[in-house]
Amino acid sequence: MSILAAESANPLLPPWGEIIVGAITFAILVLVVVKFVAPRFEQVFQARREAIEGGIERAQAMQAEAEASLAQYRAQLAEAQAEAAKIRDDARAEGQQIIEQLRAQAQAESARIVARGEEQLTASRQQVVTELRGQIGTLAVELAGRVVGESLADDARRSGTVDRFLDDLDTMSATTGTATTTGPADGRGGSTAYVPQDAR
Amino acid sequence: MTASALALHSVLAVESDPGGGFSPPTIAEFYPEPLAEFSLFGIAFAITRITIISWIATAAILALLVLAVRKPSIVPGKLQFLGESGYSLVRDGIARDIVGPKGLPFAPFLASLFFFILANNAMSIIPFAQISPNAKFAWPLVLAVAVWVLYNWVGIREQGAKRYFKDAAVPPGVPIGALVLVTPIELLQVFVIRPFTLAVRLFANMFAGHMLLVVFSLGTVYLLTVGNFSVIFTPFAFLMALVMTFFEVLVIVLQAYVFTVLTATYLNGAVEPAH
Repeated sequence: MSILAAESANPLLPPWGEIIVGAITFAILVLVVVKFVAPRFEQVFQARREAIEGGIERAQAMQAEAEASLAQYRAQLAEAQAEAAKIRDDARAEGQQIIEQLRAQAQAESARIVARGEEQLTASRQQVVTELRGQIGTLAVELAGRVVGESLADDARRSGTVDRFLDDLDTMSATTGTATTTGPADGRGGSTAYVPQDAR
Repeated sequence: MTASALALHSVLAVESDPGGGFSPPTIAEFYPEPLAEFSLFGIAFAITRITIISWIATAAILALLVLAVRKPSIVPGKLQFLGESGYSLVRDGIARDIVGPKGLPFAPFLASLFFFILANNAMSIIPFAQISPNAKFAWPLVLAVAVWVLYNWVGIREQGAKRYFKDAAVPPGVPIGALVLVTPIELLQVFVIRPFTLAVRLFANMFAGHMLLVVFSLGTVYLLTVGNFSVIFTPFAFLMALVMTFFEVLVIVLQAYVFTVLTATYLNGAVEPAH
């Protein structure tokens, strides 16, 4: 178009050629943007949104996990403490029981020892008493026989007499025993002397 | 030629100017010599430097966008961040907020519009190009027609043809008596005035912006070379050329935004039935 033609041209009436060229240019841009650029941008926005949301989710998951572990540790700690207390109580109870048992055993043992001692004591005293009784009888009879000069050959009679005498002595001693001896507490010391059987 | 230009011409002519006075730019600015001419199916095509500028601008913005999304990552690089910022501005600020909840599918088209207009507008201040293809009515017309087709098609698809045209002709809530006035105005508004104003707004802004820049640039050169005391006015003309260039930056961005926002508004009217 020449300059002269341009002077008379109406700017609001563009030639078709120009319109078509402009339309094609714009169409190419729209095509590329719609088909390539915009989807890529949307992809990035989507990925970014997911990354942020994923990050938040991950953080929440980790926090939940941490809280769960904390609760678990606390529970374990409480359990361990409870167990320790139980063991302590058990040990204490067991110790108590052992002490009781030992004490009972010791008491039983001591009781047994005491009983045996008493038994032995009784037995030996009985033996002594019997021995003494026999000797005293023999001695007394012999003495009496010498004194009297009369042999008491009849053993049966002699022993009856002696026994009777000794029984009399017993009864006498029972009534006066407390006065003649130092007392039941000193009964052991009287093992060589005659002591009534039930005085101890 | 305007009256003021004539007055300026006569004032300058008074001076002893061997060049015969200041010759202001004419509409011929927008009709450069074709670089190639051919005819296809009876339609004459003329490839001028403005056509080339349009291709360069479109190719540049496309290259930027494609490079921005070439290796998309969650943590964006500089170029990706730039592209994302631009795309998000249209996607969230215009498609989602103005068109409404159904607006996101239109984000790619709206972004295309915005980036195409922005890149082509920007050519009006890029050195050596210094003219915007949008100062040629053909480009805004193409865009406006595309928008017109889109919003009418969306309106028919979303609301049904009967409902869409009825709402356009008889807006709900208007008294019967007023329809005599309202119906022709509404029909004219939706089907003629909207695309026309869209196209003319962008075209006129870029056209006038270019004329202003050329006037002050040529004026600066003229005053500097006129060879008389008028040379003392050179800084003023030059300053005005600078100021107008910065003003042009504002117009470049604003017109791209306004065109896109108005498109979104029309799309909003199409996807949402009138209340």
